[in-house]
Amino acid sequence: MYPNDLKYHEEHEWVRVEGDVAVVGISHFAQDQLGEVVYVDLPSVGDEVVADETFGEIESVKSVSELYSPVSGEVLEVNSVLADVPETVNGDPYGDGWMLRVAMSDVSELDGLMSAADYETFIAE
Amino acid sequence: MRYIPITCEQREAMLDAVGVSHIGELFEDVPAAARLSRPLAIAGGMTEMELSAHLVDLSKLNRPASAMISFAGAGCYDHYIPSVVDHIVRRPEFFTAYTPYQPEVSQGTLQAIYEFQSMICALTGMEVANASMYDGATAFVEAALMSCRVKRRSTVLCAGTVHPEWRATLSTYAEAGNIEVVYARRDLTTGRVAVEEADGVGGLLARGDIAAVLVQSPNVVGVLEDIAALVPLTHDAGALLVVGSNPILLGVMEPPATYGADIVVGEGQPLGSPMSFGGPGLGFFTCRKEHARQMPGRLVGRTVDVDGNDAFVLTLSTREQHIRREKATSNICSNHALNALMAGVYLAAVGRAGLEGIALACVAKAHYLHDSLVDTGRFTRAWTAPFGYEFALRYVGDVSAMQRAMLERGYLAGVSLADLSAGAPGTASSDADLDGIVLFAVTEKRRRDEIDAFVEEVASL
Amino acid sequence: MTEKSDHAPSLAPVAGPRRLIFELGAPESRCVEAPAPDVPTAPLEELLGGQVRVSAPALPNVTELEIMRHYAHLADMNFGVDSGMYPLGSCTMKYNPRINEDTSRLPGFAGLHPHQPTETVQGVFELMWHLQNALAEISGLPGVTLQPSAGAHGEHAALMCFRAYHADNGDPRRRVVIPDTAHGTNPATVSMCGYEVTTVPSDAAGGVDMDALHTALDTGVAAVMLTNPNTLGLFDTNILQLTEAAHAVGALAYCDGANMNAIMGISRPGDMGFDALHINLHKTFSTPHGGGGPGAGPVCVSDVLAPYLPGPVIAEEDGRYAGVTPSRSIGRVRSFWGNVGVLVRAYTYVRALGGEGLREVSEQAVLSANYLKERLRVAFDLPYDRVCMHEFVLSGSRQRREFGVRTLDIAKRLLDHGFHPPTVYFPLIVDEALMIEPTETESLDALDAFVDAMLAIAEEIRTDPEMVKGAPYTTPVRRLDEAKAAREPDLRWIPLAES
Repeated sequence: MYPNDLKYHEEHEWVRVEGDVAVVGISHFAQDQLGEVVYVDLPSVGDEVVADETFGEIESVKSVSELYSPVSGEVLEVNSVLADVPETVNGDPYGDGWMLRVAMSDVSELDGLMSAADYETFIAE
Repeated sequence: MRYIPITCEQREAMLDAVGVSHIGELFEDVPAAARLSRPLAIAGGMTEMELSAHLVDLSKLNRPASAMISFAGAGCYDHYIPSVVDHIVRRPEFFTAYTPYQPEVSQGTLQAIYEFQSMICALTGMEVANASMYDGATAFVEAALMSCRVKRRSTVLCAGTVHPEWRATLSTYAEAGNIEVVYARRDLTTGRVAVEEADGVGGLLARGDIAAVLVQSPNVVGVLEDIAALVPLTHDAGALLVVGSNPILLGVMEPPATYGADIVVGEGQPLGSPMSFGGPGLGFFTCRKEHARQMPGRLVGRTVDVDGNDAFVLTLSTREQHIRREKATSNICSNHALNALMAGVYLAAVGRAGLEGIALACVAKAHYLHDSLVDTGRFTRAWTAPFGYEFALRYVGDVSAMQRAMLERGYLAGVSLADLSAGAPGTASSDADLDGIVLFAVTEKRRRDEIDAFVEEVASL
Repeated sequence: MTEKSDHAPSLAPVAGPRRLIFELGAPESRCVEAPAPDVPTAPLEELLGGQVRVSAPALPNVTELEIMRHYAHLADMNFGVDSGMYPLGSCTMKYNPRINEDTSRLPGFAGLHPHQPTETVQGVFELMWHLQNALAEISGLPGVTLQPSAGAHGEHAALMCFRAYHADNGDPRRRVVIPDTAHGTNPATVSMCGYEVTTVPSDAAGGVDMDALHTALDTGVAAVMLTNPNTLGLFDTNILQLTEAAHAVGALAYCDGANMNAIMGISRPGDMGFDALHINLHKTFSTPHGGGGPGAGPVCVSDVLAPYLPGPVIAEEDGRYAGVTPSRSIGRVRSFWGNVGVLVRAYTYVRALGGEGLREVSEQAVLSANYLKERLRVAFDLPYDRVCMHEFVLSGSRQRREFGVRTLDIAKRLLDHGFHPPTVYFPLIVDEALMIEPTETESLDALDAFVDAMLAIAEEIRTDPEMVKGAPYTTPVRRLDEAKAAREPDLRWIPLAES
């Protein structure tokens, strides 16, 4: 449920580090809490995102949640699949349901994120 | 009349079941200082027969336009309402239902609204219509607010030719919502909004910070704005064009969408709602698909149920206050669902040909009255641009004296533009000479003999 | 087990594709005909200066009987107060008296044009004047405007008056304090007025947490917006201290009057220390909800705020009535005079009951709610175990914990038992909330039948939770694919020519 190679933010986003690039999505726990995802609003390529600040919104039928960036940097790519098939976030939150690729401006921000084990403890509370 | 079915005996049994001996015990949480220690001073307790007589008496102190030969319009129109409309609206399953939050038992309301949305799209040529707003004025204001969200700007440009009550409402909302409104003045010849001048639409757009250009066509004096000319101007300045429209005229007029309008709104009262002293009517609200998520108000969509059957449901609700709270696209909760139902039934009853015929009749009769009044020599044209079924003429004498005299003869002789515009924001000083101008509206209900008689009488004053 | 109870209304399942009105009739079908032209005229192109429609709008072409059958069929799929009990908390789904429908349609009201000369509309002005006075008497707040079209519209009008008042005092403020039990319209309205929302929690008894309120209050606060009785159905016992605390920092106190049905003739918001209130005529004053509107949301304010009210309001002098704009008015909040058709219905209701009758309404509404609460607490959690006002909130958390059945399932199963469900998942602070408001117009039989249905469902949840999770079974349609509706928005019928 919570892959060990990822780092987790307390607002339930995950990061996969690929060199200087961070791939960002939301956790299994988050997609389960939301229920059926019907819409994902993401930034544009070239936008700047800031750690702990919102970068978009995700909607289920009767709820809206803000998406918080775990890292700062420039958006290199957004997952365009989510515009047409937002439920991909439900089906494959760590794979095809990814949201952003960010060129990190400060890799030390990763140190403030949780490990899979810590995140599991965190959501159990 | 109490409408309470519980008997005294049952009441005692219920008090017992609750574990109190007196009803007052249920109100012990109310602090003494906040308790009312006397009866409410409101007369009542009438029988239904007394009530009926009392309300009939009050109604008879009025002299309704519907019982006169009325040429009053200015945003509220005396169109014929087909008999089916009220018969359907009186079905209690429609009017005693709440908002269709439980779609399984609200398919009637939901399908009716979906059909209403479809008809409004057909009239306006737009892609999305919501389930309706309070009235034309608030729909117009919401269009301004939506434009500011879409464009992330906080200034809107409103034509000074828009209905003064719509302008006043916009001003009230804008003041509180930290939105600036600038007004483009009227072209003194045509009666349209000025375009080229510095204080016209073009000049003001040069500011570069305008989120929307807001016009109404026909505007308050009945004149049709040149939408085709306004669209490129507006879009080049990065703004949205909002058009207030008349739904009856859309039966014969090219819809604003054809020219590229971005948001089309209007007062839907002419579609089957009685005038009822101006309310309730409904506001209709339409936009392009790309902006649907910025729309205010309820939307009904078509989907399926678990068995795969067609079904309708409120959708894209995450825009709304009950979910998004302080970040909602509007605070509006209700819609004028029953008036939307009436509009849907009305449009079904008149159909394509009927709406066209009604619009044609209105336009033809209005031009007939217009020309006849000008021919008397007592009226002159105020502006030159083409109009629909409402127009403005300048009267040679005292307007209120003329209206009083005609009232005695059983006519509502239009609406004084100066009275209508008094105190409204955006009435330019250069446009202040409204005295003597009367707005006349002519619906399909006015017969030629009534129009002829009116012209003869008013000429003889 | 999936059959209806004896109380079920006659809503029948409808299978297969639904026919839209656009799919009925034929191109030559007509219901009413447009009038034949009786004046000489020129070509439309000439009259309108171009701008003539190229293709006719895609409206239906149907006969009168087709229209009647179509809408009769739609009505048959709808559940209203006349169909059965509608205990929808916070919505006050009381009976809509038929005399109100008749009076609002009298030609002397329905046929009035809003710009008629004052001397021709003295009757409707008199009615509006008396309604203003009755609402002032009920609220304890003397200034009244009838203009707002709905509760949210009234909130907005009142908050704009607050804003203008503070501005006049050279003291613009930035924040509005709202409890976590508030209706969503409250924070949305605050935003539209350019203020920021500060949310304060509720205390263990379900009232506003006084300590948290004191912390939130400072001289930057423009207003405190409360609902009393609140959305938990509880009368806040600290109400006088709450409004006093607001006033102590120069803030104004606003009351959301959604729950006035509990306190008419018993307690007045003005006497609680509130400066303003809106009243939902479509709740407390029996005007029909109409499937979502129109309603009306008049605003009552203190003498200090009366000059700021949106105009026009009705004034009387020597037995003559006129519309006037208050001296420091915020301006208009809509066209014309308000939803006058709704005002006529509400006035009719007020005169049917009178002051004494209105008090009886509130007493019975509160007694009926408490009766339901006492009878239902055996089967469902009661998070706030106090005397309630006209409504109360149960929690389905036990059912969810033990059987995996959610409150939504309970709501849907109630439909099979012939009842409209209560409000669910509101207020937000109660887990799996069921907010129940019977109103005074339900008979003891109906109340007992509702209890029986709720208890039967509690039993069904124990014995066959999966069945409950699949409800409803007997309604015109069953559970809807709402995700599909949102993902692939189909918001209008598209004519063949266009698609």
